[in-house]
Parts: sequence; C-alpha cells; structure tokens
Amino acid sequence: MPTTMENWNPGKKQERYPNVPYAEKERLFLEVKSDPRYEDFLYGCYECGICVSACPSARFYDYSPRVIAQAMAREDIERIYEIMVEDIWNCAQCFSCVRCPRGNNPGGLVTLLREVAVRNGLQETREVLKGYSRVIYKVMLKGNQVSPDMLQPDFFPDWGPWVQQFSANMSVWRRAIPVDTLRGVTDAAWRVDSKTLRELYTIWFETGNMEIIKEVDEGLYDLLVEVMEEELEEG
Amino acid sequence: MTTAVEQILERKAQAVVRDPAQAPAHDIREALFELEAKGEIIVQRVPEPYVEVTTKFGRTKKIPIEHTWHHKSCGQCGHIPGYSSSIFWLHRQFGLDYLDPTDQTSCTGWNYYASATSNAVAQAAVMVRNFAAAYETGYFPLIHCGTSYGHYKEVREQLVHHKELRDEVRRVLDKLGKPLVLPEEIVHYSEWVHVMRHKIAERQVVEMNMLTATVHPACHYYKIVVEDAIYDPEIYGGQRIATITALLETLGINVADYSTWFDCCGFGFRHILVQRDFTRSFAVLRKIETMKNEVNPDLTVTHDTGCVTTLDKSQFAAKAHERKVGIPVLSDAQVAALAMGAHPFRVLQLHWHSTDWRPMMEKLGIDWQKYWDEFEQDLEAIRKGSRKGITWEDADQPVVFTRSA
Repeated sequence: MPTTMENWNPGKKQERYPNVPYAEKERLFLEVKSDPRYEDFLYGCYECGICVSACPSARFYDYSPRVIAQAMAREDIERIYEIMVEDIWNCAQCFSCVRCPRGNNPGGLVTLLREVAVRNGLQETREVLKGYSRVIYKVMLKGNQVSPDMLQPDFFPDWGPWVQQFSANMSVWRRAIPVDTLRGVTDAAWRVDSKTLRELYTIWFETGNMEIIKEVDEGLYDLLVEVMEEELEEG
Repeated sequence: MTTAVEQILERKAQAVVRDPAQAPAHDIREALFELEAKGEIIVQRVPEPYVEVTTKFGRTKKIPIEHTWHHKSCGQCGHIPGYSSSIFWLHRQFGLDYLDPTDQTSCTGWNYYASATSNAVAQAAVMVRNFAAAYETGYFPLIHCGTSYGHYKEVREQLVHHKELRDEVRRVLDKLGKPLVLPEEIVHYSEWVHVMRHKIAERQVVEMNMLTATVHPACHYYKIVVEDAIYDPEIYGGQRIATITALLETLGINVADYSTWFDCCGFGFRHILVQRDFTRSFAVLRKIETMKNEVNPDLTVTHDTGCVTTLDKSQFAAKAHERKVGIPVLSDAQVAALAMGAHPFRVLQLHWHSTDWRPMMEKLGIDWQKYWDEFEQDLEAIRKGSRKGITWEDADQPVVFTRSA
C-alpha cells in the first residue's frame, strides 16, 4: 500500500505488516544501524525538505528521502520496515539528496536498507529483482554491467528501430571499432584477461558476495558457482 | 524585482572566493599519506607532467596528462563505444603515452546502486584490485565512467575512515597477491579533457560557433564526495562544475542555461534496465523538454555513461507521443574529437546514437552522408571478410571535412 497523507501519520502508529513480528522488524533495523557507514550517513533531520526538492523519484513516486531520514533518526521501527518493503527500490541513487544542510546522505541510507533487504531475502525484494537476474549474471561473470549482446529488441522495445538495426549488425559494428580491447567483443564491454576474472571470482567468494546472490536467486547462484569454480580450478 | 531578490542576484553574480583553509571537508590526500607513513597502504603518485586545477573548496588537484591507465566504462564500451574511442583518439592525436588494459574489471558500482547485491568489502576489493593492477604497470588510473569515479571516491573515504574495512580488504588482496594501493588523486577523464581544452582548441578544424549546447552535469561526478570536482570562478561564478562548460566555451560553442540543470537524467541504475517508465518520463519531462522549451539547443553535452544513454535513448518513445524532443546527445570527449576532425563513424561511432544527430552535423556544414558512405564500405568489407575490422591505422588521421551544400 503506498504511503499517502491520509494513511501515514507517525503520531498514530498503524501496523501495516502485523504478520511480521516487531522483533523481526527491529532486528532488520539494527542490522542496518550496525553498518559502519550508518553514522556517516545520518546526523538528524531539520525537515527542511531540500532533499525532496532535489529528488527525481519524489517527482514520480510516492517517495520521500526526508521521510526516510526522519524515520531513521527517530528509529521508528514500524515505519522503517514499511520503507524497506515499499519505498527503497524507487530511489534513483543519483545522490542529489546529499544537498542536505545537516550532511545527511539519504541515498546512502537507502543503499544500506537495500543491502539488508537483499541479505535477508525479503520477499518483496526478491520480486523487485526478478527481472534483473541476467544483469547480475553478466556483472558477476564478466565483470561488466552491460554488454552489446544485451541490446536485444525484446528487451529494449522503447528504444525504437535502432535496437533492431543494431541487433542485426552487432558483429560487424563491433568489429568496426578502432579500440583494440573493444574490437569484435560482443559478450562483454571489453576483452578481459582470464586471470583478471579469476581474481574477480575470488573477491566474490571471499567477501560473502556469493551468499548474497543465493538469497536473491538460488538457481542463479548455482549456475554462477558452477562456472566460477570450474574457471578457478582451471586457473 | 524586490530589493531582496536583487540582493540575491547580485550576491550570486559575484565569483566565489575559495579558501582551502576554510573548507568544510578534509583533504583526503593528507589521510592517505598518513596511512602510507604507517605502512598500511601504498599511495600511487600522480605522474608528471600534470596540471593543477581548483576543486570546489579551493584545494588544488593534480590531473595527469599522460602515462595513464584507462579504467574503461562498461556502459560506454558496451553501448556507446564512440565515447571510449573518442577519449583514446584524443590521447593518440597528442601523442600521449597511455595504456588500455585487459587486466581491468568494471567497478561494478552500477550493479551495486541498482540491486545492492554486494557489500562494502566486495566493492572496495574490486576497486583496489583495479588500482593494484594499474600500479603494477606503472601507469596512473584515469577513470572513464562518472559512476566509477564517484563510487571510487566514496569507497576511498570508507577505506580511509574504517580500519576494519581496510583490514578485511587487505585479507582479500593477500589472497590475490596484490598490495593495497590507492592513487593520490581519483581523476575522471572529463577532468583530463578540461585541462587539455586549450590544446584541443589549438587543433580545432571544425568551427562550432554556430552551435548552441546545453550541459548536463553528471550526478556521480559532483554530488558524491562533492569536494573533489573541478570548479572555476570563470564558469558560473564557481557555482557549478567547470568541466564540459569550459571546454564548450573554449571551442566557441554557445552554452545555454536551463532551469533544471541540477536534476539527474533519470538513469536510476536499476530503472534504466528494468523500470524505464520512470527513466523515460524523467529524462523527457525534466530534462529534454525543458531544454527544448527554454533554449532549443542544437545538442546537449554530458560526461557520463548513464546520462548519454538515458538522454539519448529516452527520446524515441517520447517522440511517438508527440512530445517536444529531438536533441542529440554527445559526450564532451566526442565533441572535442569532432572539433579536431575525428571521423564521425570510425571514431565518434554516431550510428550507435538514437536521437537524430544529422541536423547538428548539417548545421556544422559537415557532409555526414559522405562519411557514412565511406564507413558503409568499411562495414561491407568486414562483412565479406576482406577486412578483419577497423584499426587505429584507419581512424587516427583527422578528416578534412567536406562541407555539405
């Protein structure tokens, strides 16, 4: 349920998620708060609204970085849980909100909230990231967020006939680029050494990043582990 | 106008005096050198020659001219390759020593801002692995992507301020057999273009003073770790970043102001990939249409991957809805390269851009069709297998443009 002036009243608590125990909501908040960056991102809130005026998402969604900073500063457990479930994925992560005269970083707070939502495999988060798996696959395996072969007409229909034209000519167009590391490469943004990719995979395993992927998409996790382990063994 | 408004306008018209001693932010380099003195990290020094420029609060920043390790952008290389090739082409024109490495991953920051399917240690480890790879070659990192630049600046802050993060990252790097290296400065390519602008203008072969351009400053260039971006009292009184605008003015382009310059482009990281209704709406309604209504520019120029993609690709669907769109979008590097005679397709790769750039080329008097026909022959030869591809040998030579009728 979106937050509106009618249904949001911090003075009069409404439990919108009564099935989730308060202790669980509190645990999630404490996980956010325990991040070493939390204190760098939150210093209180004047309620001046400067962050909202600069926020692109606030113009198109029922979304407010001020409400997030306020709820976090008040440690309003119920409201923070609602934000985690309903709001955080609206943020554009542009960091226009760091204009804050108190030095808050609402976009940074959203990043921490997102991390905890992902790490704990919240159902709403899994839903949001469902269409995103192929991007995770690419970035984890290739070390690139996007590649030419991701530019497919069925994925970018709103980009017009250009995508079809590109798709039909991808291989030739890619060979017509003078940069040595790009020329002819279609499954990654540039040519990357096998050794470099093995180092990247080691980072994912050593930092617990693979466990995060497991929480979001177990099938994707299995696939990634298989490919990465094979590559690491060969190396 | 009221007196109060007049006073504000007068105050805003005054150039801002920057005093590093009064800066609200610390100088990160001091902290880096302290950590180096303790033996915790290695600081890679900016190689000579470099140019010193002024940042937001008045401290100087060293921008290396050559011996640079090009930290490429996945969005640029993957979807706007003329952006990357223009940066390299400029280096080659000036005969500068650079390295285009294959021992480089993207920063993975786009994914982090889109999905948060990572964590602080992993993000820092990816960054310092790249920095260590640069250090091993002796070349200094030059970051092509605005998000990588902003993300790395923020991760550098985190590494400096949180020992537990440094310790954990060092443990991971030990496994890779790499040292914990941080560069003395984190430098964005547009800062390099900025300090090279007079040299670029000296070799300008295309007159551009008939063009009006708007500038979109990239959020992650100047809104993340704000104190590290370049400002100049001569550019908007030092109230906005100097990069892009100073280049365009040096090339003779009329830079037109518009009211929503501070707004982001609408990229949104995850939105551009899986929720583009937001991206399209914001890019068109808050940026493109506003520019069109207020100043009707011939092009808009920006300096980051996501901004070029978003502002360019969002215009097609809006056109179908008869919105007021139709502004070609280029990076500052592409504009600089075009000014110096770079081939519109072999170097600028304009065929990867969606919004019609032909009216802009025609206004410049460039017979784009002639160069497209030339490029089509290249493509045909590649299709037939008589050529493997286009190389720098084919693209290095500046074009003496034929003027359109």
